[in-house]
Amino acid sequence: MEKSEPKKFVVPIGPQHPALKEPGHFEFEVDGEIVTGATARFGYVHRGIEKGAETRSWIQAMYLLERVCGICSHVHATAFALGAEKLAKVTVPPRAQAIRVLVGELERLHSHMLWLGVAVHEAGFDTLFMYSWRDREIVMDLLEGLTGNRVNYSANVLGGVKIDVDDKQRDDILKGLEVLEQRAQYYLKVVTTDETFLGRTRGIGTMTYEQAELLGAVGPTGRASGVKRDVRVEAPYAAYPDFPVNLITDTRGDLEARFVVRIKELFEAIRIIREILDKMPTGEIQTKMPRRVPEGETISRVEAPRGELLYYIRSAGGDKPDRVKVRTPSLCNWGSVLTTAVGHKLADMPMILSGIDPCFSCNDRAAIIRRPDQPAQAWDWESLRLHGIEYYKR
Amino acid sequence: MENSLPAPWQKALDQIKTWARINSPWAIHYNSGSCNGCDIEILATITPRYDLERFGIKLQGSPRHADVLICTGPVTRQSRDRLRRIYDQMPDPKFVVAVGSCGISGGAFHGCYNIVGSISEVIPVDVYVPGCPPRPEAIIFGVAQLLESLKK
Repeated sequence: MEKSEPKKFVVPIGPQHPALKEPGHFEFEVDGEIVTGATARFGYVHRGIEKGAETRSWIQAMYLLERVCGICSHVHATAFALGAEKLAKVTVPPRAQAIRVLVGELERLHSHMLWLGVAVHEAGFDTLFMYSWRDREIVMDLLEGLTGNRVNYSANVLGGVKIDVDDKQRDDILKGLEVLEQRAQYYLKVVTTDETFLGRTRGIGTMTYEQAELLGAVGPTGRASGVKRDVRVEAPYAAYPDFPVNLITDTRGDLEARFVVRIKELFEAIRIIREILDKMPTGEIQTKMPRRVPEGETISRVEAPRGELLYYIRSAGGDKPDRVKVRTPSLCNWGSVLTTAVGHKLADMPMILSGIDPCFSCNDRAAIIRRPDQPAQAWDWESLRLHGIEYYKR
Repeated sequence: MENSLPAPWQKALDQIKTWARINSPWAIHYNSGSCNGCDIEILATITPRYDLERFGIKLQGSPRHADVLICTGPVTRQSRDRLRRIYDQMPDPKFVVAVGSCGISGGAFHGCYNIVGSISEVIPVDVYVPGCPPRPEAIIFGVAQLLESLKK
């Protein structure tokens, strides 16, 4: 009898799926339980923000860019504001810069605790999910008390910040941080000692230092593999020159290391917030920003909770940005997921996917690459859609 | 289905169905292009401080098991077909809750090229919850309003 060729069996997941809250489509080739290949398809949340920012004034564009991502909205606004201020040659008062960093670190606390909850939920450890989200409400209350909104807080304006910190808010934050520090210690104990949980994380999704460098992993994902890279340390922005950050790295590169790095970053964020509140510079919180930004181009880099966030901003001298390009950390980290997924069980996929703290609304940007040897192509919507369907049909 | 029951029996059956539906609606969540802000607030509603599950509401993975579609964000061109497909897969009777300003009008993304517009341009919506993003209490209030309207 003729032996039949073994066929590839593909497990499609998404775009609507119970594991992640955002739409993304994944296809895992499996041999039994073991994954032998992985592909990802994004773009469901592509809204056209970069183009939209060109049709809005500098002030309106900031409002839009904050909504690139609801989890790390403050860093997007900070990156845009820092770039625009650099172009306009405006010096922001030190108190405003310190408040920017303060809100940024509070956001890091909220983002890491959110991730911790979602990631342990993927492992089936719902108790810790409920614990971490309960404790996250403390940070949400602090952010709400400080800025007036739980998410998308709009703390930044061009030329400074909108909000000031008074003594009452300062005391509230310090009180909240005390609870959070204890809770973070508890999380660290659980994720490093709980036997069943370690079975899901230790040695799973391991990415070596060489791989991490090759795939361009950034943020806590890269730092868990020993990549010593953090914009707050390498190129301090805003008030980070005055409040230096300790780099937290691990060498193991597996999921456990990513948990440990992120939880240790909680301690670091708490330390920085305390230091800022202790040595808060006095003075104004805003300077005047011109309506029209002089011609020029700039790059501004900030460290988002997920890694390095890069903004390229070009001004043609008008009251609108000429071009805004966003490159988010999630986009850099996808390569590491698709590589480390191979060789693991299908059941580990949700953990490996969420291990990089993916954020689809962050990474869905469009890029058209025009090669010199090809004529410039103009696509209308229908033909582009048909091309997409054909391409993914294979 | 043929309606062959005598009128009083049919009325009783309808009452039982409504009672069952109100006490334990299962919800499915789909992000049709939102910025994540509303999604994390929806997730916050099922966590200890707000605890939506005390009303019998449960977030469910599959559209085929769900009564209520909680939808966030403006509808992008990519996710429009998928949103309609999820809606079609849900068994009747089905209800849609649009969460967030973008779901109502396109919100901050109004005028971006890849936006179809509000959720109501693609599927019929029963309850709108405004806010950018709405607080978890507002989302719970929206779902409670939906349940209230079912009683009538």
